[in-house]
Amino acid sequence: MSHPAHLQHHFSDSEQQYESSKLGMWLFLLTEVLMFGGLFCAYAIFRAWHPEMFYHAHKMLDVTMGTINTVALITSSLTVALAIYSIQNNRQKDTVRYLTITILLAVVFLVIKYFEYAHKIHLGQLPGKFYTYGGIEEANPHLFFSMYFIMTGLHGIHVLGGIAVISWVIVRTKRGEFSSDYYTPVEMVGLFWHLVDLIWIFLFPLFYLIG
Amino acid sequence: MGTYSERNYLNTPTGIKSWLFTLDHKRIGLMYLFAIMTFLFVGGMIALVIRLELLNPGPDIVAADIYNRLFTLHGAIMIFLFIIPSIPAALGNILLPLMIGAKDVALPRLNLLSWYVFVAGACIAMYSIISGGVDTGWTFYTPYSSTTDSAVISMTFGAFVLGFSSIFTGINFIVTVHKLRMPGMTWFKMPLMVWGLYATAVIQILATPVLAITLVLLILERTWSIGIFDPMMGGDPVLFQHFFWFYSHPAVYIMILPGMGIISELITTFSKKKIFGYKAIAFSSLGIAFLSFMVWGHHMFTSGQSEFSSMIFSVITFLVGIPSGIKIFNWLATMYKGRITFETPMLYALIFLFTFSIGGLTGMFLGSIATDIHLHDTYFVVAHFHYVMMGGTVMAFLGGLHYWWPKIWGRMYNETHGRISAILVFVGFNMTFIPQFILGSQGMPRRYYMYVERFHTLNIVSTVGSWILAAGFFLMLYYLVISLFNGKPAGNNPWGSLGLEWSTPSPIPPENFDDDLKFEHGPYDYDKVIAEKTI
Amino acid sequence: MDTNKTLMLPGAKSTIAGDVDSLFNFILYTTGAIFILVVVVMMYFAIRYRQRSGKAEVTSGRDYNHVLEVIWTVIPSILVMVVFFWGFKVYMKMNIIPRDAIEIKVTGQKWFWTFDYDEGINIVNELVIPVDTPVKLLMSSQDVIHSFFVPSFRTKMDVLPNRYSLLWFESTEVGEYDLFCTEYCGKGHSEMIGKVRVLPKVEYEKWLVESAVEDTTTPLAELGEQLFKKKACFTCHSIDGSRLVGPSFKGIFGNPVKHNDGTTATVDENYIRESLLDPQAKVVDGFAPVMPTYQGQLTDREIDGIAAFIKTLK
Ligand code: HEA
Ligand code: HEA
Ligand code: HEC
Ligand code: CUA
Ligand SMILES: [Cu+2]
Repeated sequence: MSHPAHLQHHFSDSEQQYESSKLGMWLFLLTEVLMFGGLFCAYAIFRAWHPEMFYHAHKMLDVTMGTINTVALITSSLTVALAIYSIQNNRQKDTVRYLTITILLAVVFLVIKYFEYAHKIHLGQLPGKFYTYGGIEEANPHLFFSMYFIMTGLHGIHVLGGIAVISWVIVRTKRGEFSSDYYTPVEMVGLFWHLVDLIWIFLFPLFYLIG
Repeated sequence: MGTYSERNYLNTPTGIKSWLFTLDHKRIGLMYLFAIMTFLFVGGMIALVIRLELLNPGPDIVAADIYNRLFTLHGAIMIFLFIIPSIPAALGNILLPLMIGAKDVALPRLNLLSWYVFVAGACIAMYSIISGGVDTGWTFYTPYSSTTDSAVISMTFGAFVLGFSSIFTGINFIVTVHKLRMPGMTWFKMPLMVWGLYATAVIQILATPVLAITLVLLILERTWSIGIFDPMMGGDPVLFQHFFWFYSHPAVYIMILPGMGIISELITTFSKKKIFGYKAIAFSSLGIAFLSFMVWGHHMFTSGQSEFSSMIFSVITFLVGIPSGIKIFNWLATMYKGRITFETPMLYALIFLFTFSIGGLTGMFLGSIATDIHLHDTYFVVAHFHYVMMGGTVMAFLGGLHYWWPKIWGRMYNETHGRISAILVFVGFNMTFIPQFILGSQGMPRRYYMYVERFHTLNIVSTVGSWILAAGFFLMLYYLVISLFNGKPAGNNPWGSLGLEWSTPSPIPPENFDDDLKFEHGPYDYDKVIAEKTI
Repeated sequence: MDTNKTLMLPGAKSTIAGDVDSLFNFILYTTGAIFILVVVVMMYFAIRYRQRSGKAEVTSGRDYNHVLEVIWTVIPSILVMVVFFWGFKVYMKMNIIPRDAIEIKVTGQKWFWTFDYDEGINIVNELVIPVDTPVKLLMSSQDVIHSFFVPSFRTKMDVLPNRYSLLWFESTEVGEYDLFCTEYCGKGHSEMIGKVRVLPKVEYEKWLVESAVEDTTTPLAELGEQLFKKKACFTCHSIDGSRLVGPSFKGIFGNPVKHNDGTTATVDENYIRESLLDPQAKVVDGFAPVMPTYQGQLTDREIDGIAAFIKTLK
């Protein structure tokens, strides 16, 4: 029996190996969803306790910047999808190009986040005991910013992680490791990136829009 | 007389590197096995000091803050470093692929990663001992944990890291069961141990991330005072309890379900009988896993949660008793008209039925709100959870350890010693913890290093019991170590079991099975197979 | 011991305790019966079907019986539902606070209990209540979570730092009962114990009157000694020189004491006063800043008394 180079010894064929990686990845994404789920629960509870405060605090966020970031991430999801499509059709060059655009969009996202954070830090709209801003009348506004920084921060870490794994996939694509026969890592990274995007799609309205 | 397989996973390939970077599930499982045994030993030794302190009502051998560090360490080691990885990551890793006729787990690199994450987590958690110890109890309740000056951060961060190890193992097992079953092994031909591991993996994946995020929040609370759990800053300490038990209640079924899987294997093998109610047992595992997510509030009946939530939590808690009962009764029915022999593993299975029933049934006192109000945070709870964890999981684990020992090492331990030790463990265990039920009912609170005089007598009994228990364990340590060197070669199948893992030579060859492995009979078809042989 | 209905529970001394005990006993007997059934069946099968010959015998392949599965699903289900409803009913009864209950404010803090009465009485670690009268406790904590537990009354409730929790009971017998803290709260958790003293109604009234007037007759040092016990100073301070949570009082008066910020001071009346009212202002070197403030809990005369008492400890 001829063994393709990527096939590990304990699988009987590529199909089985591919299916296994994919299932594993989905399960991993599920754990990610649950992890953020815990935070969303905490958000919902605090919101229910302090609806007024949340309303006033959310006005401190910059909707324009948030919108640009949302667009950036949605577009990057599209480019990842295109990268997968390209590798399925053996167009390695396109794959590299699309993945690079994805990374650029992720960087745009982070740069904008940097400006948002810097602005908040400057104003003292910070979590917990670091909160010094005086412009919100209701009690405990620091709780809003605690949730904001924890949730967007954790999401930001995921964006950074995404940039790292996508870069690694770019390198491997350039080395010619992937083709329409075997492109599992490209697809896995794509799945991960969609999740990062999806979480933002929830964070954006919860923090920036609804009041 | 059995034979010893000369070319096996223990000696092929050789060299320290071949162990450190191994992708072989058996080697990874074995490393886990060593680690968890060490932690059982450490946790047990701490328990003996705890019991010694409680021999007399006053302060004797350790001061209050040392005692508090000891029981926290005992609980945290036993839970996060011993019992949660014990059956899945150690025995399960070795056995799961063998039981379904696979050559390895589906994602071997993830498996190795989970081992190193475990090591890292254990080191971080242990670091908390040198940096002053932790005195919060294994439950890390806020606001105590966010204000005490002990090393809470390293311990919780350790538990956080360990959680990832547990998640990785869970993912791996689910994928393996879905994708790597050998041709012919349908879902309902899988050994029940595999069902147990599968249900466990589901809980690991669903519950552990929530613990992870909770611990992160606790760490942030301590380092940056984010205020989420701080009553002075508009937060709520009880929220932490909800988050914590949302994980930690399902976690108790992470502990028991694989143990129940082992019991199914032991009872069939040593009764030489087809399992009774296969589907009932398999589905009850899933049923328990499902229900386990909706009962966490039964740890919080006195916390001031609403009466309505208490009611819901109570009723679902009771429902969990039903699938557990179904398992017990089906195991009993399996013994009916069997051909029962009483080797050490079977002794542990019988002990399990005895002690786990006590543990589970005392859960009924705790699930009922009115009685739990009285019993909460007393020694009744301590006795309950030792009966389910020590009397349930650990007994199943010891049964499994003795059962698969010849497969793992290729050698037999001394059977007489094994039986004596099992009896010592049984007697000592009951003597240690039965008195604690009475103490708790009479009102002795837990986490007390001093207690009032009227609790004295029963505490003496309990402490003496812990020494008998320890004697049993030391005998076990002795004969198991001896067997590594001097044990008789075991042969492929010393117990006459039908499980696939027993069709390989012992110790197992590196590649598990030959390529021409065929699925011939289900794991419990004793009736058919024995009939064929005798004709 | 007379009212003990089982070997396991302490005497039932509140109106609710009897209900809880009946349920407890019901669960004990039914689960006990199930347990004995399981063990007897197990032992019987183990002995009856043990392997007798060395030969392999064919065992039955029967692996399912519909009737049995239904039986052992349905019977336990009925049983647990009975226990659930019963438990919930008793719980609801526990939660309905009679309107005529007398109210006492309870404060838990590391590591003692303070009870505040409407009459202006403030005592530590001893709850004095009249018999046969519903008592309602309004509880809160100064620091971490504690839990108020009186085994003989079968009641328990967590005491939280950010809100009031309520608990009520009606004792049925004059006597002294243990009061424990059951939520782990640190070093002194196992010493955070007190007493519930149940008095006949008449004596309770008398006690109220006596305790409400300020004590102006007891000599200062003696008053201080009483307060040392009553206010639970002894949980953290010894008078024999041994080190507990806080420094011992033996021989400190008139001597210098070193603080953790490097300064030193001499222990005199003023220093003691400050230690009591603003304990964290100066923290003795080598100790944690855990001493609670007694602001509002001690009168001037009482503070003088404590100082006088410490003075006597040479
Ligand atoms: C292996 C771990 C394990 C397992 C399996 C269980 C199983 C159960 N536990 Fe336990 N529990 C713990 C570990 C475990 N527990 C721990 C660690 C704590 C304390 C944590 C801490 O505070 O530190 C705890 C605490 C705890 C509490 C909180 C007590 C308190 O703090 O006030 C409660 C309350 O409901 C409870 C209930 C139950 C119930 C109903 C079951 C059920 O699943 C049991 C089901 C089994 C049976 C019922 C027996 C077999 C059935 C039959 C023979 C059939 C007939 C049965 C009936 C008719 C009922 N447990
Ligand atoms: C798996 C879980 C587990 C296990 C097995 C044990 C085992 C034991 N536990 Fe523990 N215990 C907990 C989990 C566990 N415990 C938890 C979670 C808590 C709550 C902590 C908290 O409040 O925060 C607790 C609390 C707790 C308390 C209450 C402390 C308090 O509230 O103040 C007590 C007191 O008696 C106690 C005693 C014991 C004893 C005597 C044993 C004995 O069974 C131990 C016997 C074991 C040995 C003596 C080890 C011998 C081992 C070897 C010799 C090596 C073996 C090697 C081979 C076989 C190769 N435990
Ligand atoms: C929870 C424990 C605790 C309780 C209860 C407590 N103390 Fe203290 N006390 C301490 C600690 C710890 C210190 C040392 C740190 C500091 O100075 O704050 C201290 C310091 C003192 C000092 C200064 C001692 C010195 O050597 O300089 C005095 C005086 C004192 N306490 C009096 C009292 C009195 C009187 C009471 C009871 C009415 C009391 N304390 C109750 C913990 C306690
Ligand atoms: Cu207060 Cu324990
Ligand atoms: Cu639970």
